[in-house]
Amino acid sequence: MKRYVIIGNGVAAAGCIEGIRSTDTEGEITVISAEKHEVYCRPLISYYLEGKTDLTRMNYRGEDFYTKNEVRVIYGESATAINPDEHTVTVSDGSVLPYDAVCVAAGSSPFVPPMEGLDTVEKKFSFLTLDDALALEQAITPESRVLIVGAGLIGLKCAEGIQERVASITVCDLANRVLSSILDDECAALMQRKLEEHGISFLLGDSVAKFERVAGVESSAEGEGAFSGSYVAHMKSGAEAPFDVLVLAVGVRANIGLVKAIGGNVNRGIVVDDRMATSIPGIYAAGDCAEGFDVTIGANRVLAIFPNAYMQGHASGVNMAGGEELFDCGMPMNSIGFFGLHAMTAGAYEGECYEETTPESIKRLYVKDDLLKGFLLIGCHERAGIYTSLIRNRTPLSEIDFELMKQGATTAAFSSENRRKKFGGVV
Amino acid sequence: MKRVYVNEQWCLGCHLCEYNCAFANSGKKYMATALAGKPIYPRVHVEGHDNISYAVSCRHCKDPLCVKSCIAGALYRGEDGVIRIHRERCVSCYTCVLVCPYGALLPGEDGAMQKCELCLSNSSGEPACVKGCPNRAIVYEERGERL
Repeated sequence: MKRYVIIGNGVAAAGCIEGIRSTDTEGEITVISAEKHEVYCRPLISYYLEGKTDLTRMNYRGEDFYTKNEVRVIYGESATAINPDEHTVTVSDGSVLPYDAVCVAAGSSPFVPPMEGLDTVEKKFSFLTLDDALALEQAITPESRVLIVGAGLIGLKCAEGIQERVASITVCDLANRVLSSILDDECAALMQRKLEEHGISFLLGDSVAKFERVAGVESSAEGEGAFSGSYVAHMKSGAEAPFDVLVLAVGVRANIGLVKAIGGNVNRGIVVDDRMATSIPGIYAAGDCAEGFDVTIGANRVLAIFPNAYMQGHASGVNMAGGEELFDCGMPMNSIGFFGLHAMTAGAYEGECYEETTPESIKRLYVKDDLLKGFLLIGCHERAGIYTSLIRNRTPLSEIDFELMKQGATTAAFSSENRRKKFGGVV
Repeated sequence: MKRVYVNEQWCLGCHLCEYNCAFANSGKKYMATALAGKPIYPRVHVEGHDNISYAVSCRHCKDPLCVKSCIAGALYRGEDGVIRIHRERCVSCYTCVLVCPYGALLPGEDGAMQKCELCLSNSSGEPACVKGCPNRAIVYEERGERL
């Protein structure tokens, strides 16, 4: 009987479990979970704060997931070493787990750049885990002024999640636009306007020079004599942002330490092939800690997105169990909405750009070498998955009615023969 | 498994499938009270261009990207192979819209996503779009891989 160890308990781990069980119903699976929670929907932590979901519904696969799949979970511990010669994993509680195949699905950790005075700030939080969200929920009150450092997906989702529960939110970022990793200037401006309409203020192209505790401010809300923890962030531009609660959402770093320590091939993430195998036999990696192939740039990179994590996890599981599953169509893609305005992005923004804009929407399609390479859609995302499939399948645009497809994503732009396969056969 | 298949050669573009779908999933007894005078939210949509039309609904893919991508764990594949959605878990992030190659998922009236579940658990019992298609352009049957 094979012994599988999965390091991590996020969605990549869930994919890995389901991948293993699709191939091997007998083997022993052990999951090492640093977080003391069953696998939950990590991107839903902001929706939880917003009241759009709850802890029960956030459970990714339901209560019987581990029992049904015969998985042993070690909660509250982490892996401290992988010993490839002995084929064992050392756990922080001192135990040693033998393995035939191990999957590193260890995710990422928040990256916090050094900022003067940060250690004096009492109420400061990251926003990656459920525990982060629960701690933030404890700290905020309707009087809270919140400063969020980082206007990326995490920072802005956090802002949306708590917007109705606090007095004010200021978001700062070194970049001169919001969501700078996925949106261009014009798209970012549209999204920023939507966020500002909901009372969120921005300090962009700016960063914190120093946090200063404001002396002599006593809180009335928290009772007699309690210090409210009021602060001012002095920005490099000279601007000042007063706050009581700080959220640090600057960025994340892939947890590559375990594989790096034993000489495995790592870059920004743990380098994997399209079977999710690392450079060390028997060791696989998946999810936010892995660096797999991105079809849109033709090179490896960390694609820290949910679908990627699941699919890499699933492929790793199948391969660990002796099956064969390739994950060779990874690409960056995001569907993200704020206060009802949705943005969908995918692939690489390179090549010739076809665009269509209205005051409420922007559509940009990027074409190169007869292929759709990427797109950016705000407020016009209907059937966007058809565009995504053109990128994923590397469909030659000369084979479809691209003029029609430009107007709106539709399967009518494919040939009749192609549609016969899609709608007349098993796909 | 039995799936819904369309033949664009026979589709008249009458949109009856959309109405039958919306009615079957409305929980109401009469079509008129269920649909009259309001926007409908069917799970099948007639698409087309230039004299061609055809009905699009979930293909119940063997490798469902929507299920693998759903950030809320709402979409799932049942034991019978049917792709279903726990709508109460959906947060309307539209990731499924971003990945479905057929454009088969759309939000319902309440904003949560909905999809074709082959009418297996509503009053119709079998796909209402198929039952009501006047020209047999939509059928419900077992088919193998057609290449």
